[in-house]
Amino acid sequence: MAQVVNADSLSVASLSPIERRARVKDALVSRIITASGATAIVILLLIFVFLAKDAIPTFHTVSVKQFLTGTSWRPEFETFGIVPLLAGSFFVTLGALVIAVPVGVTCAIYIAEVAPRRIRELLKVTIEVLAGIPSVVVGFIGLAIAAPYIQGVFNLPTGLTALTGSLMLAFMSMPTIVSISEDAIVAVPKAYRDGSLALGATKWETIRRVVVPSARSGIIAACMLGVGRAVGETMTVLMVTGNASVVPNGLAGIVPFFLGPVRTMTATIAADMGETVQRSPHYHALFAVGLTLFVITFVINLVADLALRRGRSFAA
Amino acid sequence: MTSRAQTQKAAFALLSISGLVVMIPAVAVIYFIVVKGLPAISWSFLTEMPRQGMREGGIMPAIVGTAYLLAGTLFFAVPLGILAAIYLTEYAPVNAFTRTIRLAIVNLAGVPSIVYGLFGYGLFVLFLHFGKSVLAGSLTLALLILPVVITSSEEALLSVPKSFRDGSLALGATKWQTIWRVVLPNSAAGIITGVILGIGRAAGETAPIMFTAAAFYLPRLPRSVFDDCMALPYHLYVVASEMFDSPEKVQWGTAFTLLMIVLAMNLVAAVIRARFRRSRSW
Repeated sequence: MAQVVNADSLSVASLSPIERRARVKDALVSRIITASGATAIVILLLIFVFLAKDAIPTFHTVSVKQFLTGTSWRPEFETFGIVPLLAGSFFVTLGALVIAVPVGVTCAIYIAEVAPRRIRELLKVTIEVLAGIPSVVVGFIGLAIAAPYIQGVFNLPTGLTALTGSLMLAFMSMPTIVSISEDAIVAVPKAYRDGSLALGATKWETIRRVVVPSARSGIIAACMLGVGRAVGETMTVLMVTGNASVVPNGLAGIVPFFLGPVRTMTATIAADMGETVQRSPHYHALFAVGLTLFVITFVINLVADLALRRGRSFAA
Repeated sequence: MTSRAQTQKAAFALLSISGLVVMIPAVAVIYFIVVKGLPAISWSFLTEMPRQGMREGGIMPAIVGTAYLLAGTLFFAVPLGILAAIYLTEYAPVNAFTRTIRLAIVNLAGVPSIVYGLFGYGLFVLFLHFGKSVLAGSLTLALLILPVVITSSEEALLSVPKSFRDGSLALGATKWQTIWRVVLPNSAAGIITGVILGIGRAAGETAPIMFTAAAFYLPRLPRSVFDDCMALPYHLYVVASEMFDSPEKVQWGTAFTLLMIVLAMNLVAAVIRARFRRSRSW
């Protein structure tokens, strides 16, 4: 059996037919597997190519500058300014963050450092369940329960507002923020905590001054991934934000903006694509919006990934 | 000292409140859907064709349509996802190409679902002429869950100890024989968990199938993979947002059915994972 150890150096001719077949199969399979390994790159490139291919003809209708800085989105007049849609996505996401980041990060600290085992398990299960609820169901609850409530509280003509969207998106980005922040906090070496406690700090002082600052880049990454989730969310905002393309009127206009209907990039694509004629200016403009959305989320994810990598290097 | 102890007490109280707040949305959503949706569920609601422009009858074609889409998604995503994971754990050298693959997977996971929808429309529906169909929808959903399948399969493969592989190779097995007979069987539970989680995600997605597969109202079942079909999540969107006079019963009943299917898949995945962790011997 000693010669088997060095099997690779033996000529194929000296092998039994069964072994030879196994060897050929092995080489074949390894090629297939290597090819499938590259799938992710191929898909990412294809997405970019196919979005760009149908987005570029937009710029026969409007210039790149008009598209990126135009403050009016009126497909019926072939006016395609993306600013109202960017503003819609930006402010709805901002509102979601104002709610989800403080709650999500403190909840992560609670789970990782303070909660008794049973409560920790319960919270983790609840967060997994929340993450699993389809966005169309969240949108439906927003439409049926949250919107009438918000309409009543603020005495509005409609409950389908940016605020309703922010609230529902906050729910949807919380699982991401909590679970990734928690991972970052748990990854802080125990020695850091022991050192702080040995110096006489209380558990809370240790958390605030040592653990959380050490986990900072992971927590920032968690929040960025939450942003990515909120910016890309479609069905929920489509159903609860009322879909009117407006730009806030200066700083003073922000409160009325949140209490009125808005239109995000995602909702625009979802609502309009079904009604456009193939290869019409409107059709191409929607692909241009999709390409913009793709680039924005790509950058957010890239930065979040870098922050996560930095956070992992505790050994250094 | 007391004031520091008090500060800690107050801080911990605040932290536990935020824990409570995070539980509110999940509990509230499930509460409303169950309380309002359960009474709408009946055998005929689940097994009949819609009638009167979806105001009467059941949601059977939407349930079956979703089942077809998920079967297609499984067919495309599982082999590709597992092979890609095998590449990353068993074959990939540590180099720039592998790093690029990992970066691509992370970024794919972050691509918004509506962008997958646009892409699927551009590539499968128009460019490849599949039309709005079960095939185009399944392919789009398969791409969407591919990162989930790859990442969880990779984790499962990595959990198999290196000594298992060494033992098999030392007995003269080829690399593929080792993977097929030793590594895959020992990571099957983890891979299945990931696949079910991915399918659960696909079951609830609406944006990717809006332009690629889902029909507004189609009171019959698809006859081939090139037919479009009704689907539960899109049906919920239609009855809740697109129709002005759909009965509440249909809306809540559809939401209940969809949520239960998705939660059941998550539950099955959790049970398999828990059992596997308890039973594994290394």
